[in-house]
Amino acid sequence: MTSAERIYSYFPGCTLATTAVDYDVSGRAVAAALGLELREVPDWNCCGAAFPLNAENVMNFIAPARALIAAQRSGHDLATLCAVCFHALKRSDSFLRTHPEAADRLNAFVTEGDFDGRVTVRHLLGILRDDLGWEVVSRHVAAPLQGLRAAPYYGCLLLRPEAEMELDNPEAPRVLHDLLQSLGAEPVGFARQAECCGSTLLVSAPGANQRLSAAVIESARAAGAMIVVTACPLCKFNLDRAQEGRPAAEQLPVAYFTQVMAAAFGLAEHAGPAFPLRAAA
Amino acid sequence: MSNSGCTTALVIGAGIGGITAALDIANSGFPVVLVEREPSIGGHMAQLSETFPTLDCSQCIMTPRTVEVGHHENIRLHTHSEIESVRKQPSGNYTVRIRRRAAYVDWDKCTGCGVCQEKCPFKVESLFERGIGKRKVIYTLSPQAVPNKPVIDAEHCRYLQSKWDMEAGRAPSVDKQGNPATPKCGACAKLCPTGAIDWEQQDTVVEEEVGAIVMATGYDLLPMERLPEYGGGELRDVVDGLAFERLLAASGPTAGRVLRPSDGAEPRQVVFVQCSGSRDPERGVPYCSKICCLYVAKQAMLYKHRVPDGQAYVFYIDVRAGGKGYEEFVTRAQEESGVVYLRGKVSKIYAQDGKLMVKGADTLSHRAVEIPADLVVLATAFVPRASTTAVAGLFGVGVDDNGFLVPGDEEMAPVECGAEGVFLAGAALGPKDIPETVAQASGAAAKVLSLFQQRVNAQPPVAA
Repeated sequence: MTSAERIYSYFPGCTLATTAVDYDVSGRAVAAALGLELREVPDWNCCGAAFPLNAENVMNFIAPARALIAAQRSGHDLATLCAVCFHALKRSDSFLRTHPEAADRLNAFVTEGDFDGRVTVRHLLGILRDDLGWEVVSRHVAAPLQGLRAAPYYGCLLLRPEAEMELDNPEAPRVLHDLLQSLGAEPVGFARQAECCGSTLLVSAPGANQRLSAAVIESARAAGAMIVVTACPLCKFNLDRAQEGRPAAEQLPVAYFTQVMAAAFGLAEHAGPAFPLRAAA
Repeated sequence: MSNSGCTTALVIGAGIGGITAALDIANSGFPVVLVEREPSIGGHMAQLSETFPTLDCSQCIMTPRTVEVGHHENIRLHTHSEIESVRKQPSGNYTVRIRRRAAYVDWDKCTGCGVCQEKCPFKVESLFERGIGKRKVIYTLSPQAVPNKPVIDAEHCRYLQSKWDMEAGRAPSVDKQGNPATPKCGACAKLCPTGAIDWEQQDTVVEEEVGAIVMATGYDLLPMERLPEYGGGELRDVVDGLAFERLLAASGPTAGRVLRPSDGAEPRQVVFVQCSGSRDPERGVPYCSKICCLYVAKQAMLYKHRVPDGQAYVFYIDVRAGGKGYEEFVTRAQEESGVVYLRGKVSKIYAQDGKLMVKGADTLSHRAVEIPADLVVLATAFVPRASTTAVAGLFGVGVDDNGFLVPGDEEMAPVECGAEGVFLAGAALGPKDIPETVAQASGAAAKVLSLFQQRVNAQPPVAA
């Protein structure tokens, strides 16, 4: 297969269009460098941000279903970067596929077309691993990240529930580890690598998210990490916020995996403020 | 006798179930062929320290039975052996081929003196000790082994490997521990007073004709690799229930002292995690493993006997102590021994600052708890032996979704199955403790004896 044939529909999502533009831009840049063509879904709207827990109310699925239906027309897999969008879209897709009666009711409300369950929702990490392979990623490395002890932080939404997300084992995930390794960095696993940053508790239990995010940072630091690598804009927001007010030298930089890739690919303009990394501790 | 079926029984598996069935049949005067995969008999019961709810020494109550099997005139014992094939005869008898794996020791010459084991220079991890202790490359499972005859673990024997390398014209191979094969060893052969080491020994196949079969192939524990959230077997001080039995057992690698595997220190805080993989249809097995609530209470109690100022915690979903004296036993662990029971699941175990952090929920106080433990014991799920499906297939016995043997009728024919003359017993049918296994094995033996007696009665009187 030539690189020109690797075409995906792409759903950026609200956060990547606003507060996490650097994730979107770096993601598009490294995808282009790897010969992956990301075609933005036309006229997309918010994914709904949370997987609807009240399945009775089909209206809750309209937001994610619109994105899925729009992607259907392209005939390509739907690629995502934001872990929250990936979670909401993937699980909504899984729900509608297994509940045809709900899909029928939903289709009566959506005018653009009917949900037909023919789009596969993907995360870029899965595309890199399964469609390209780590060797291909390695071949694009211009500036290997030798000596970079990077903590792969998976968080919660990217992987769970395993049977629906179909990305990696949430109890012993590898995909970010393997990516970092292919970039020449040294992945350092840590105790809280797949624990929640607390973001969903922001409103219901103020303070809890600060504690949980701080614990993630401390856990990564204890493992000897120089940087935390994430696939989730909410995680990045919370991990950064948990370190606010600390002296710069004590802060552990948090970067999107696409920024780390950009750094390794020699796309310095997309690598973000964490790179070049401050002298190793 | 061929028309009415023969009256020799085959018993597969020599754990406490198979031993019980074999002795019941043999003591009634009928011949028994007893086949065991391991070099010696006793099964998992031989690994246990003490039994619940009586706290009897497991070895002590079992040894009279294993010894009786070893000496019984009606029992032909094939250890280190597997069933290779089965053919059902028109008479209803079964012709069974039994493959005895080469032991490289002539058991007729061997007196069981043990010099070979003492002098063998190589040690490997012992499966019997659940990876906590080591054994020699020439070994018996335990000092009380029946038969008390060693076998050589060919894969790790540097002399045998060297001999085979030379015969095949290969360069000397190196084992996983980096030991090169060497023709200079053979210490066992040099020192054996009866010349029993036989480097040329091959597998042998014997054929037995039998009229009834008892399948008692037993159980295993879910491998810890299946539980990555609990360390997945990577954290040395996270052990399973059988490993902890070996730490408690006087015959075990620590002579009964509770010492953690990583550094041999006495653990001050021990956490037991019940339902590790059980009642977890998504990630483990869907059923209750049934024995864990009691053995965990026992292990926590015994730990407190050994380390009175240590602290034992038990995470549980609920305590299922149905059985005579069982609820009282658990209460004793809580009230007399001071074991702390926490109702909730453990979500994660990870290493931090030399401790094992056990993160879980205490759903009675509605709190998330984190306990820094020195040793964690996982009560991993009870699963059938890996070979169960294959062995069952040889005899036309079905297995269920979880791999356990399926009886003819769960309620009314619990030890029978579709195949004529084939009976089932013990943990291979589902989670069972020792008393239940023994009762069921006696039940299966009674079925065999009933069948045999009918065959005896059907024979025409011998003319004078």
